[in-house]
Amino acid sequence: MSGNVGIVIVSHSIDVAKGAADMVRQMVGEDVQVAFCGGNAEGGLGTDVALILQAINSIWSPKGVAVMVDLGGAETNSEMAVEMLPAEKRGSIVICNAPIVEGAVMAAAEAAGGGSLERVRAAAEELSAG
Amino acid sequence: MIVRGAERIVANAEELCELDRAIGDGDHGTNMKRGLQAVLAKAEDIAALPTGEALSAIGRTLVMTVGGASGPLYGSFFLAAGAAIERGRRLPEDLVDVVTAGVDAVGARGRSTAGEKTMLDVLIPVLDTLKSEAGRADLLGQVKATARESTARTAPMLATKGRAAYLGLRSVGHVDPGARSSCLIVEAVCDTLEARR
Repeated sequence: MSGNVGIVIVSHSIDVAKGAADMVRQMVGEDVQVAFCGGNAEGGLGTDVALILQAINSIWSPKGVAVMVDLGGAETNSEMAVEMLPAEKRGSIVICNAPIVEGAVMAAAEAAGGGSLERVRAAAEELSAG
Repeated sequence: MIVRGAERIVANAEELCELDRAIGDGDHGTNMKRGLQAVLAKAEDIAALPTGEALSAIGRTLVMTVGGASGPLYGSFFLAAGAAIERGRRLPEDLVDVVTAGVDAVGARGRSTAGEKTMLDVLIPVLDTLKSEAGRADLLGQVKATARESTARTAPMLATKGRAAYLGLRSVGHVDPGARSSCLIVEAVCDTLEARR
């Protein structure tokens, strides 16, 4: 358990999610807790609220969790998952508006340096600022 | 009513997938089918609950099982409608308020509004008809006609929300799958109410 912001990667594809998580781990090792999920309940492409909740809870950090998502349903389902968490956790989760792979790596690099949740989010979202 | 709505979606899942293959990722039918089959499996228990709790239970089931953006979108509709009833709204007299709560929740969840080629392009006109035709003897027929016409009107629209927005102009000329699934549910609810008369 590191004291840093954790990263959750939510893709429609478990392979994309795992690949992005691998890239994060290569970058930051054990300094940042990373969890990932992808696919619907039947193992097809999609996202699943229960799996997202599980991923968030598996790496919960009091410093917060930054969630990286790919396409629309991943974002909507992640928002739903956040709303289903207890109120005291809800305020410590952000869903980042960033490309999923690059955003995850940038966010993790910031988190590894001890950055706050807001700084982690800003690092990820810098990529989509254009 | 729950069974009829769910079965209507399940029976038309292939058509919804077909529409979604044209302008999306082709899974709207299977996603909705998965969600509504989960609702069907609990239909007896849900029907035994007070109305507000029953709507919320449908919403939670859809959120947890659909597996696409439509899960939280339809789920939010039912959760908000259920919450409106638990705040003291009554059916049928407060139907407009209850449906308004649901439609607003869908708009907030999808950060969307009318004219973006989505399910809201059916739900908002249906709500407008519920308001304008309230108390009329042919209200249900009018609502169904609105649902069908507004679904057809999504075809020429340019998608600006959801996966279809990535297609830009190529989204024009296809009926929106979310609009169609909303239409199916609205029609099933109206048919059930008509059959009760």
